Amino acid sequence: MLATRAISLVGKRAISTSICVRGGHGVAKVDDYALPAYFDRRENPLPDVQFVTELSAEQKSLKEKEKGSWATLSNEEKIALYRISFKQSFAEMNEGTKEWKSVIAGMFFFIGMTGLVVLWQRKFVYGPVPPTFESEWKEKEVQRMLDMRINPVEGFSAKWDYENKEWKK
Amino acid sequence: MQASTETVFLYPPTPLSARCYSHAKVETDEEFDARWVTYFSKPDIDAWELKKGMNTLIGYDLVPEPKILDSALRACRRLNDLASAIRILEAVKDKSGPHKDIYPYLIQELQPTLTELGISTPEDLGMDIL
Repeated sequence: MLATRAISLVGKRAISTSICVRGGHGVAKVDDYALPAYFDRRENPLPDVQFVTELSAEQKSLKEKEKGSWATLSNEEKIALYRISFKQSFAEMNEGTKEWKSVIAGMFFFIGMTGLVVLWQRKFVYGPVPPTFESEWKEKEVQRMLDMRINPVEGFSAKWDYENKEWKK
Repeated sequence: MQASTETVFLYPPTPLSARCYSHAKVETDEEFDARWVTYFSKPDIDAWELKKGMNTLIGYDLVPEPKILDSALRACRRLNDLASAIRILEAVKDKSGPHKDIYPYLIQELQPTLTELGISTPEDLGMDIL
């Protein structure tokens, strides 16, 4: 109990090197990962610890000055105080990355690769198409359909002008 | 054998005034604000309580009223923590999301406090841009 009170008074991450004595039995070293960590999150504006743990002499004197009137602090000093406590400002942490460009580039690349594979397949894998695709065959097919009067009311043959032997305009 | 034409109610129909809603009392906006102003007004508030309070407040689906923020900024002053004061202003601006007119209103309302305590806004320090 006394040890934890002492640690709360110290406040900073210096406690990583101190030890807890529990019930006089032995010591329990407090590992780094078990301590509160600093992180910049929009939803957690005030993290559990300051960003800068060991302050330089200049920073320490600035912290002392902070105890007085804030109006006497210059803008640079105020920014310095902010940077002691926090790593990134909200503007910096919310900044987007340029990752989307890589994503789009990757997409186009793989679509292109697939296109090349398809072309190669057409040339080297697939055999010829059936003769029914030849234009001569198709002409005979269409003529046969017209002769049979396929869909004469609203569909295929309805569009053919039998008098003038051409498609209706 | 006639089928019964009566409908049988397993539960009698409930009149509107006796619906099965929660009986908890809903806190009004004024009560909410007052509670938070009191929280930050504690004279010997400690750093942990300030952080916990602010983080919880930002977790709610609302932008805090100027009076709550005023109380929080004064708590920062008592704790000699200017950085947190600036962070609070950044956080409420971020919290306003697409509603760009909330933050200028808050600054307008808080201006007397900001001048009194000597707190610069993130805009004054050029921290709102990259």
